[in-house]
Amino acid sequence: MPTAKGTSIPGRAPQDPELLRRLLRAKDRMDAASHEAWPVGRLARVSGVSEAHFARSFKQAFGVPPHRYLLTRRIERAMALLRETDLSITEIAFHTGWGSLGTFGRTFRDITGESPGTTRTRLRGTVQELGRVPACILSAAQRPGLEIAVSEKRRRGADVINGSDEKEVP
Amino acid sequence: MSQGVEVVGLYVRDQDEALAFYVDKLGFRVHTEVRNGDYRWLTVQHPEQPSFQLGLFTPGPPVVDAQTAQELRALVAKGAMPPLVLVVDDCRAAWDRMRARGVEFTQDPVDRYGTVDAGFRDPSGNGWKMIQARR
Repeated sequence: MPTAKGTSIPGRAPQDPELLRRLLRAKDRMDAASHEAWPVGRLARVSGVSEAHFARSFKQAFGVPPHRYLLTRRIERAMALLRETDLSITEIAFHTGWGSLGTFGRTFRDITGESPGTTRTRLRGTVQELGRVPACILSAAQRPGLEIAVSEKRRRGADVINGSDEKEVP
Repeated sequence: MSQGVEVVGLYVRDQDEALAFYVDKLGFRVHTEVRNGDYRWLTVQHPEQPSFQLGLFTPGPPVVDAQTAQELRALVAKGAMPPLVLVVDDCRAAWDRMRARGVEFTQDPVDRYGTVDAGFRDPSGNGWKMIQARR
């Protein structure tokens, strides 16, 4: 059920800033090492809360579940490596935390809409003056949005391909 | 320089905690501290940049209403405030020094775009990038 912008979500108390600060610590840890495995237990320990509490609180605080947030960081890092290095796509897959080239390629396509190879060709065709923008800001600005789960994105993509466009009833 | 920006304020969780961080860990010094009831105007400055003051302010009434103050505190704690950039002569040396004093680094020094940068947070959640000055 969508809620109007600016109103609080019914039944959800505002989050305690002390808790938010500790959740941010978990987010920072994923940012610093997105290639590492971040099971919920590990993240919950960083924030000092239970696993169940962590997953729920993180999503409420940052708008995406922790695992999906991690995916966006990995894809963004992969895009930077595609743009700025000569590493092979297989190497990039392993550098960014995927266990196989297949999973990387499929997830990358599902999220960005194109294959890693196509992305590399396109990014290299555009010359940019990026050196004057702090890298963290740049990476945040270039991060793919993932407001919906990858599985849902995949399903919607299939719908478009199949020409099915129900929903969006006014 | 006789004209320019003199003060930019940051929202912090607690002014005493922020003061200890910016003075003891980053090496700033107090410029102005004025109290009026619960309200406390507190600015610090970098010793090598006397024309600029960084304000350390807590959001709260009467400047903003209680609900807004709560939202601002949450935003700060989520790291959602605008970026802050500190320029240093030697990023790795500063990182060593600051880390020894307990600064929470979010990114260790990295060579990038012909310079070196690192990232840290203040206790409230404000994110800083620390960039080595280009020579």
